[in-house]
Amino acid sequence: MTGATASAAEASTAASAEASAASNARTDPVAAVNPLALWFAAVLYSLPLLTSVDIVSGGTSLGVWLVLFTALGITPATIVKRTWPLLLAAPLSGLSMLLYAEPGGTVHVTWWLVTVSDNSIELALAITVRVLAIGVPTLVALVGIDPTRLADALAQIARLPARFVLGALAAVRLAGVLAADHRSLAQARRARGLSDTRSLTGWLALAFALLVTAMRRGTMLATAMEARAFGSGERTWARASRLTRRDAVVVALALGIALAAVGLALATGTYRLVGSGGGA
Amino acid sequence: MNASHSSRPARVVASGWGWRHASRRLPAVSGLDLVIEPGERVLLLGPSGAGKSTLLAGLAGILGDSEDGAEAGALTLDGAPAARQRGRAGLVLQDPEANTILPTLGDDVAFGCENLAVPRDEIWRRVARSLDAVGLRYPLDRPTAHLSGGERQRLAIAGVLAMSPGLLLLDEPTANLDHAGAAEVRRAVAQTRTTLVVVDHRVDEWLGLVDRVVVLEPAGGLIADGPPDTVFARAGSALEAAGVWVPGSHPLVSRTPPGPSPSSLRSSSPDETSDETPDESSPRGTLGPVCRSSPADPPLVTAAGVAVGHGGRAVRKDVDLEVRAGESLVITGPNGVGKTTFAFCLAGLTSPLEGEVRASAQLAHGTRSPHPHRWRAQQLLTRIGTVFQRPEHQFVARSVRDELAVGPRLVGARDQSALVDELLERLRLTHLAHAHPCTLSGGEQRRLSVATVLATAPRVLVLDEPTFGQDRTTWTELAELVAAHVDSGGAAVSVTHDDDYVRVLGDRRLRLEATAVAQAVRA
Repeated sequence: MTGATASAAEASTAASAEASAASNARTDPVAAVNPLALWFAAVLYSLPLLTSVDIVSGGTSLGVWLVLFTALGITPATIVKRTWPLLLAAPLSGLSMLLYAEPGGTVHVTWWLVTVSDNSIELALAITVRVLAIGVPTLVALVGIDPTRLADALAQIARLPARFVLGALAAVRLAGVLAADHRSLAQARRARGLSDTRSLTGWLALAFALLVTAMRRGTMLATAMEARAFGSGERTWARASRLTRRDAVVVALALGIALAAVGLALATGTYRLVGSGGGA
Repeated sequence: MNASHSSRPARVVASGWGWRHASRRLPAVSGLDLVIEPGERVLLLGPSGAGKSTLLAGLAGILGDSEDGAEAGALTLDGAPAARQRGRAGLVLQDPEANTILPTLGDDVAFGCENLAVPRDEIWRRVARSLDAVGLRYPLDRPTAHLSGGERQRLAIAGVLAMSPGLLLLDEPTANLDHAGAAEVRRAVAQTRTTLVVVDHRVDEWLGLVDRVVVLEPAGGLIADGPPDTVFARAGSALEAAGVWVPGSHPLVSRTPPGPSPSSLRSSSPDETSDETPDESSPRGTLGPVCRSSPADPPLVTAAGVAVGHGGRAVRKDVDLEVRAGESLVITGPNGVGKTTFAFCLAGLTSPLEGEVRASAQLAHGTRSPHPHRWRAQQLLTRIGTVFQRPEHQFVARSVRDELAVGPRLVGARDQSALVDELLERLRLTHLAHAHPCTLSGGEQRRLSVATVLATAPRVLVLDEPTFGQDRTTWTELAELVAAHVDSGGAAVSVTHDDDYVRVLGDRRLRLEATAVAQAVRA
């Protein structure tokens, strides 16, 4: 009788683990894809698009992704949350092109080193769109990756050594702890009358103290891991990390969108190889 | 499958066992003969430096090989060397932060099973059962960073139980926890069926749970061994002398208030104090001839409407407090309520989120602001000194002597060398003058951290959990230092979970309770 209730409890916990993973996948379709496939897709997608600076291929691929994301239920809020630094950086890189790019075509404004011409306007637009076209889908895919799932994939699919992968994973958790240590060390130095971290020596001393603390934390972590039999031989993995057809579809889709966009640019004659200088 | 999970309790045998760490001249443990029968629950005691942690690490098989140290004799689990049976014994360390390995609850418990190559289905069954055994009922993807200290220690125990060990080893598992958290951990331990060895200074709390007490002798061997009643009845005073906390015996600390009233010995025994009100009260310090500062004297430091919190979010609001000369004030309350942050506001180490902390004109004399957090660091030294919970955080020099000289040099004290000598003598650190501060034992580090603060004679002392994890000897020395500081006209503010400390030094008490805001943050 007790055995039956115990196994029922286990089943329900296991089910709740499954359910929580499933609910994650529902709110974030990216989470349903293997992290390794996401990385691979991001690289294959970026390479063709990095060859050209034109507005057609960038605009097309960016547009396709935005439609896809909407269809998959990834909200604009999620997109902005994961890509906001890029959304700020893209117009800035465009602006520098606008003001300083090699002049070509009609020149509209000239002031000291600044020259705004047809060429620079076109380049500015193209660069802005390009940065967004490569960056937005890549960040949406990669920023949400759960480090634990990435570690699972690296160890089980990419066959990286468990020691390296789990060490890195545990270190990710320590990063947050070190932030608290930093605050605490700074306060302790102030209490000892040594607070002036604005001076170089003060800053160096604090950095050194933090390094020592980090090493101590690392040693303690290693002890805790060893105490749980880490490194004693063959190990199993609690979560399976497999590549499925869905992962293949994602990789193919990413590469397909990039190639189609570049193809379109070639067909319309707007393709502009990086480094080929000003347009005609 | 189920049968394999609940493995047999282990039998421990130490015969002439000893261990010397590679960096040390003297062995940490030597000549130990001990048999622990399967299923026995042992409370392991001993003065600091007796080698309790080394023995636990030895049993857990993580002391390392001949490069890490030299072993003598034999230490076996069920007849085979402990070092070659990783996973047979499970160890939980003192610091909750150090016990957590992975970012989510389920993964952290599964980690040990994975390392023992347990099949996947069986892992999740064990995870569920172990979490159930320690009473942690969260979803498996709960981030471990969101757990309280007590929950983390229970998580660590679950992680060890999932490995189905025959021997459970706990190294001061509740030292960093508040009462509620410590009780949670003990409840979880009570559910286990393995052989158990626990090291903890809070002897009283474990008595109902263990059936044997073993006391290690620092020089090697045992001071006492047997059922708790017998051990404490027969060897109580010897144990006390060795720094062991003996149940029911509370240290006496002399309080000599300035003024006409006679000096008194204040015991930390619960029945000798009537004041058990949890709220802020002022039965001793502020009234009567006991106190040097009359109520007319302005308080040294005043907090008004202070809000404190973590990461810019307020956990506790509207805290008012006055710190008066000749008075020792204690701040109590559950983990995470903002006690330390509040104390650090008083100490001028951080600024309050709301409200203000103001020093009296007398205390602030010579500075440019009445607000301690605006003072230059050197100006704090002679005004408000802070003793941190983790002594190693506040060490900045390479030897004990240099460590003590830092403060006096910064304030330009006269006869610095003589001052340092006197402090070394007073805190029994003379023989360690040239040692690196971080190589000292826990008790020695605590004494040094207090000495570094006393070196510049600040008017106000702020202490964060000064007694946690300390043996009776260090505890008493510490309480006496604080008492002497207060009774000679200084002020002390201590954040503590320690009831004995509150009874001796709680002239006035402030209890910070979790507020609605705090609960919202935890949820």
